[in-house]
Amino acid sequence: MADDVWILGIHMTDFGKHKDKDALDLGVEAATGALRDAGVGVEDIGVLAAGNLLGPDSFGQLLQKQIGQTGIPAYNVANACATGATALRVAIMAVKAGEADMGLAVGAEKLAGMGLLTGNERAAGNGTWVPSGRYGAVAPLDGLVGTETMPGVFAQIGMEYAYRHGEVAFEVFARISEKNHAHSTLNPKAAYQKRFSLEEIMNDVMIAYPNTRPMCSANCDGAAAAVVVGESKLRTLTLEQRRRAVKISASVLTSDPYRDGCQVLPDINTLTRQAAVTAYEQAGVDPDDLDLVELHDCFATAELVHYDNLQLCEPGGAVDFFNSGATWRDGRTPVNVSGGLQSKGHPVSATGIANIWEIATHLRGEAGDRQIPDAKVGLAHVIGLGSACGVHVLEKAAVA
Amino acid sequence: MGQIPLVDYLVLGDEPRLVANECTSCGARYFDRRNACARCGRQEFETVDVSRTGTLRSFTIVHFAAKGVDVPFVAGVVDCAGTIVSGNVVNVPPDPRHVSLGMDVRLTTVPVGTDTAGVMAVGFGFEPVAERE
Ligand SMILES: [Zn+2]
Repeated sequence: MADDVWILGIHMTDFGKHKDKDALDLGVEAATGALRDAGVGVEDIGVLAAGNLLGPDSFGQLLQKQIGQTGIPAYNVANACATGATALRVAIMAVKAGEADMGLAVGAEKLAGMGLLTGNERAAGNGTWVPSGRYGAVAPLDGLVGTETMPGVFAQIGMEYAYRHGEVAFEVFARISEKNHAHSTLNPKAAYQKRFSLEEIMNDVMIAYPNTRPMCSANCDGAAAAVVVGESKLRTLTLEQRRRAVKISASVLTSDPYRDGCQVLPDINTLTRQAAVTAYEQAGVDPDDLDLVELHDCFATAELVHYDNLQLCEPGGAVDFFNSGATWRDGRTPVNVSGGLQSKGHPVSATGIANIWEIATHLRGEAGDRQIPDAKVGLAHVIGLGSACGVHVLEKAAVA
Repeated sequence: MGQIPLVDYLVLGDEPRLVANECTSCGARYFDRRNACARCGRQEFETVDVSRTGTLRSFTIVHFAAKGVDVPFVAGVVDCAGTIVSGNVVNVPPDPRHVSLGMDVRLTTVPVGTDTAGVMAVGFGFEPVAERE
């Protein structure tokens, strides 16, 4: 039986604009913060997994050149917005496989001021039409055949939910954003900590209906890192280290299985549903047991569908579930009490570890003003479009 | 003065239509050049016509896009008798009051532009079957 794996130390930088720091600075801050939090040194780490999508190659080795070139294997991972969760999963797998006692996972990104993440710019029309690519297209298709912008793609994903399950008013999507912005006011690490009224959200600049600007994830800089440890090694550590360790009860990564139409509009539902089912089974936990959830609200339209995908509600019942108030921080299943990607921010490669940090911090009882009282079980979810889905279930537990 | 389709799965002519690569084993349909079937892994395909009418399964109204993309426009996902197609919803105001989920649409062509040789590229979109008030 493979060892259970625990989080020994974890750190998230402030999210926001870090004018004087590059992705490496942020990665170092997160990594050294996680090591300090774990009470170990870089020489104790047996495997490194690291992700940074927009920087130079070999981010892991660049990181080692700042914090310690110990000769351990470094895995550079890329999985869109699930990059951080993938790095964590690689470190967990190495520990579970017995190849290392401890692993370090790091994700960092510089995104502040990047503006809208879109499809290709359309070249000025000159020359002659030449078909190219797998569609034999004579011009870039973004805007001519649907949309390739992220706000547009995720808007369609939310609207498709409405097509399948009944009308979802614009106001419902906007209220989800209202909740997350309200939650962010309690999170000093969030990029934006401003409460918006429903009217402000609905009347803000429309990006891709029904997503207005505050309903879109905030591009920002940030990093997060985690030290994971096998249970047998954890038993040899100090009482203080064992007391603060958080159990990883499930760690699951999926890709999108074939469904009709999935190559036309990405299906982010099936792989999330499959990851969740596997994670609940691995952890022996029911959705009802969850004290808090951090899910991938890259857009307000995405949060709604994931209530259903993560089985927080009855199939098709996401709107009623949200309208019941369940996902507010004082509700039955608080969702995105960090403020979520819409206000905490979304430094892509950091996101899949930052949401783990949020859950772990509540389970340790160290979340300050936004602490969910007596939190014992939490779930963190990310989606990288393409697609990859990471789901982790964490538990507050005493080491046996 | 010839015409060229925007994509090679658009067939121009008197009755413009979309065509798909259909897996001869499992029936999965694709619009891109294929190496194999993502559902069953087989490698034989045949070209089939896609229904010219369909139902609007999802849409968004894009107000911000990359440079050179005209906004606002309606991007949609259309269920053409079981084949899911991406395309703009055209000949309708880009406004949620005029576009609704489940509405019936039909294929139409849309001029994209003319190149230096005088060849016109022609794209496609979906227009409402019945103009709504
Ligand atoms: Zn097939």
